[in-house]
Amino acid sequence: MGLKNLLTTHIGAADSHTLNHYRSVGGYESQKKALSEMTAEQIVNDVKNSGLRGRGGAGFPTGNKWGFIPKTDKPKYLICNGDEGEPGTFKDRLLIEKLPHMLIEGMVIAAKAIDSHQGYIYIRGEFHKGIRVVEEAVEEAYKAGFLGKNILGLGYDFDLAVYSGAGAYICGEESALINSLEGRRGHPRLKPPFPAVSGLYACPTVVNNVETFCNVPHIIRMTGDEYKKIGTEKSPGTRLFAVSGHVKKPGIYEVEMGTPMKELIYDICGGIKNDKTLKAVIPGGSSSPILTAEEAMTATMDYESIASLKSMLGSGAVIILSEVADLVETTYRLAEFYSHESCGQCTPCREGTHWVKDLLHKIKTGEGTEKDVELIFSLSRNMEGGTTICPLADACVMAVRPTMTKFKGEFSARLKKEVSISH
Amino acid sequence: MAYQFSQDSEKRFQRLIPQFPSKRSLILPCLFLLQTDKGFVDQEGMQYIADRIGAPVSLAQVHGVATFYTMYNKKPVGKFHIQICGNISCYLAGSDSITEHVCSKLGIEAGETTKDKKFTVDEVQCLGACGFGPVAQINDRYYENLTPEMIENILSELDKQV
Repeated sequence: MGLKNLLTTHIGAADSHTLNHYRSVGGYESQKKALSEMTAEQIVNDVKNSGLRGRGGAGFPTGNKWGFIPKTDKPKYLICNGDEGEPGTFKDRLLIEKLPHMLIEGMVIAAKAIDSHQGYIYIRGEFHKGIRVVEEAVEEAYKAGFLGKNILGLGYDFDLAVYSGAGAYICGEESALINSLEGRRGHPRLKPPFPAVSGLYACPTVVNNVETFCNVPHIIRMTGDEYKKIGTEKSPGTRLFAVSGHVKKPGIYEVEMGTPMKELIYDICGGIKNDKTLKAVIPGGSSSPILTAEEAMTATMDYESIASLKSMLGSGAVIILSEVADLVETTYRLAEFYSHESCGQCTPCREGTHWVKDLLHKIKTGEGTEKDVELIFSLSRNMEGGTTICPLADACVMAVRPTMTKFKGEFSARLKKEVSISH
Repeated sequence: MAYQFSQDSEKRFQRLIPQFPSKRSLILPCLFLLQTDKGFVDQEGMQYIADRIGAPVSLAQVHGVATFYTMYNKKPVGKFHIQICGNISCYLAGSDSITEHVCSKLGIEAGETTKDKKFTVDEVQCLGACGFGPVAQINDRYYENLTPEMIENILSELDKQV
């Protein structure tokens, strides 16, 4: 367990984003293998066998997702979700800027697996540099015959285009992303039908995260059987953890699944900033319920361990909070985020996130009462558990309620005006 | 003269058309072309986009998209658009002091533009660079691990460019 290079082996090279470099380290060999030696079914089975789980947040088995695509005459679409926007999450930007050809290769293999001939890479609009790098990589791949008609002379066609988001966190939700790609507001869609049946332009569609696609060439190269020897039984492979907050060496670390969180924080990231005491960890992006320091020290970095603590591994974003962190302020900032990013379709989310943010503002500015705390809990019950089309309202609840429960003392102190007030 | 795509935008528009089986998918990229040309999206430009894409895309649909997404400027911004991330990781790294410093140097509040139209300052939600906070995006470029001194130097460098 611990640090392990799989995706990031050659990321240190200054020209890691170029086709020349990627090919010099064996790039596009898996694509050749998949297109020339494997059937679509074999690719799907290999990925299923590898146990790869989606690296975007939900952790759904990737091979199973591909297997849901029906065999119809309709076009099938393949979409890469590069709309990285959850506070704390910043791993995909590294892959986009440094390893765009690994992403393209993974997509071509996935395309064959689901019989898709058109794909899109949807990247958050703020990533201007990443968009440029991927556009250049796509152009290089076309010129070298790794994309387009009759790829590598092996009789398979696949076109790929880059699409820029325009500043809406909700477009990370796959059905909202599809709406955005169709030129609409990023409103999540009611499911069913699921995208596998009716996605982009009402056709079967697979949406996977950047990191998920980047794992695919490695699975094909080493076979699913070998791949699943890395990590844990139920969470195979490595994971890019994006560590931020009160830690000495924040950054992106590729780590074998199952690595103890303690090792990640204290050994790999050098411990807590200014040698303070650890207070809490948000383990998988801002919507994953907070862990106390005690809980964090028992956790390992895999889906099951974090789930057993009633939180989520989510997007692999680990936010470290030391004793100096003001949890009332951080909780308010997270509620402000979800209130800002609610798409407005569903009343419990549109009104609820805004209301929770306002109540937290009251509490942080010393104007709050116990009744406001009760109201937040009451509102939370109406925002979760399927009352909305997508889980954004649930995400807001998960970012707020566990902190208010586990760190009740901090909120009480603010109500009693025992701490300094911020505005 | 009525607005039309610049030469560069027209070239990009022509390259975009074959990439999508549905014309409607052109709305978001076209709004970016408009913003690149004009600095912001206005009614005239949106009408032009609706006309260029053609039926079934209408002005109402273009307008509906433009108002949903935060990256489309609905009003002119300064030559340098300074967007400072204020969410959790950047906050923990001290983004408040960066925002305060920039605002006090420029003599404006977040959300405002300087009188000389050189700078607009906004506090934004998350720029996706959380391990390198505090982070600011100025036009197309990210500035990371900022300190008040660094941002002051950046401001004076930008000021010289105008």
